[in-house]
Amino acid sequence: MKKRLGIFAAVVIATGLTLTGCSSSNSTESASASCAKEDLATIESGLLTIATGEPAYYPWIIDDAPETGEGFEGAVAYAVATQLGYSNDEVKWVRTTFDSAVTPGEKNFDFNLQQFSITADRANAVDFSTPYYTAPQAIVSFKGSKIDGKSSIADLKDAKLGAAVGTTSLDAIEAQIGISPSVFNDNAAGVSALKNKQIDGLVVDLPTAFYLSGVEVENGIIVGQLPSTGSGDQFGLLMTKASPITSCVSGAVDAIIADGTLATITDTWLAVGAGAPVLKP
Amino acid sequence: MVSNLSPWSPSAREIERQSFRRASHNRKRLIAVFSTIFVLGSLATVLITSPGWKSVKETFFDIEYGKEVFPTVIRGLVVNIQLTVIGGIAITIIALALALLRTTKSPALTPFRFIATAYVDIFRGAPLILIILLVGFGVPALRIQGLTSNVIVLGTVAVVLTYSAYVAEVIRSGILSVHASQRAAARSLGLTSNQAMRYVILPQAIRRVIPPLLNDFVSLLKDTGLVSILGVTDAVRAAQINASRTFNYTPYVVAAILFLLITIPLTRYIDRHIRLRSEQQNSEGVA
Repeated sequence: MKKRLGIFAAVVIATGLTLTGCSSSNSTESASASCAKEDLATIESGLLTIATGEPAYYPWIIDDAPETGEGFEGAVAYAVATQLGYSNDEVKWVRTTFDSAVTPGEKNFDFNLQQFSITADRANAVDFSTPYYTAPQAIVSFKGSKIDGKSSIADLKDAKLGAAVGTTSLDAIEAQIGISPSVFNDNAAGVSALKNKQIDGLVVDLPTAFYLSGVEVENGIIVGQLPSTGSGDQFGLLMTKASPITSCVSGAVDAIIADGTLATITDTWLAVGAGAPVLKP
Repeated sequence: MVSNLSPWSPSAREIERQSFRRASHNRKRLIAVFSTIFVLGSLATVLITSPGWKSVKETFFDIEYGKEVFPTVIRGLVVNIQLTVIGGIAITIIALALALLRTTKSPALTPFRFIATAYVDIFRGAPLILIILLVGFGVPALRIQGLTSNVIVLGTVAVVLTYSAYVAEVIRSGILSVHASQRAAARSLGLTSNQAMRYVILPQAIRRVIPPLLNDFVSLLKDTGLVSILGVTDAVRAAQINASRTFNYTPYVVAAILFLLITIPLTRYIDRHIRLRSEQQNSEGVA
């Protein structure tokens, strides 16, 4: 009796698994032809869900409050939303980590902006809009550190540099400087290590470098900026792969470039000038 | 009159009994084999014919990419093993001290008993990742002269502080599980309290808690990966760096397999130890 029960249970479980295994795949949506607000396939209809990082640093977002629209990326986000036909009340903000946004998979936002550089590998996993800014990498340090006053990359060979995981800053350390870096989950951890003098320098994009050296790090300095590698320095709005709204969002960015809105925003928030010398090889 | 008896040969009933048992045993084995093939075969078929299998294979089981990232992940694993060995030695010493402090009967050591109890409560209750952040980033921020700010050292200290609390409790439970008659017998033979603890109780206690201690050691090997949040590149971080570049998650699978290669032999050894010890205990009654 018990033996038969065992056989019966095994057969039932196996057939059950075979049947559930034959599930149909999800059908993909076709891209909408029109970019009118009613046709836009946002995740919540009638609302535009925009994501950024936590915390969001100056000058990209002021006071970690993107709803105010202050800060370069805050202003760009609202400019794109207006171009797409959304009023300021119809914009919803969410926060994501840098790493989780770049990985493939479904997203909980329509587009995400937190200084994402456009790279070929990332473009395989997510969609990018037209670039809205170009920024090189720079090294933040503190006065009296091992790399204070260095002017060439060769002088950095025995320094301890840090960067956040999954960023082009990390790639820059390994590719352009050629040393093995300290890798952190995010820039906040890297800044803690820099303040504790556990690393000699932190590699981030140039505007963030100005903020960190001016405000966050005591006696902070910018050692210099790394020579541009071309495509790796352009920031784009990030959307899920094959998103139906990519072409419309790109079109919106093109529009605000064409009519000068983006130039005004850049001058307002990123008038940092050429304060950081380019490091020699 | 033993020598005249013929050698024993089985009766007809015994032969029938043996053939029935053999047939039953073979039937059971056959059913087991068929059942295993059927169930595991169905699972494998479901897996391989599922619509996403091809992309799962490319994203998680890409052998070529796995071979490419293997050296970096192994280098990270060496960091894990170093931390485990050094941490393990420190943990054993501190945990033994804590357990002895908590079980001592000496009145002079009463304040230390309170301190040890508070220590164990705090470090068992707080999450390990919080302690690592507090010690790794918080302690250097105090700028106390002479205190290192090396992240590997601080990370190891954090892990040692937390794991000592767990292991101290395990050792203490071992000490308490030794029957009171052992201590009474030792004292009545003229041993002092300390001698009784050192020569009679502790050896028995430690022998009893070796399986849970080995469990904690396996868990320590995996938890050393948490110091990567301080910037140390261990096996998990090395896998993460590679995976976040190409969005191929094979490095994670490689790191998991490497960890399993170390932990599975350890757990098999623990099982064997438990089995031998219980056999030994069961036969102890035969004097």
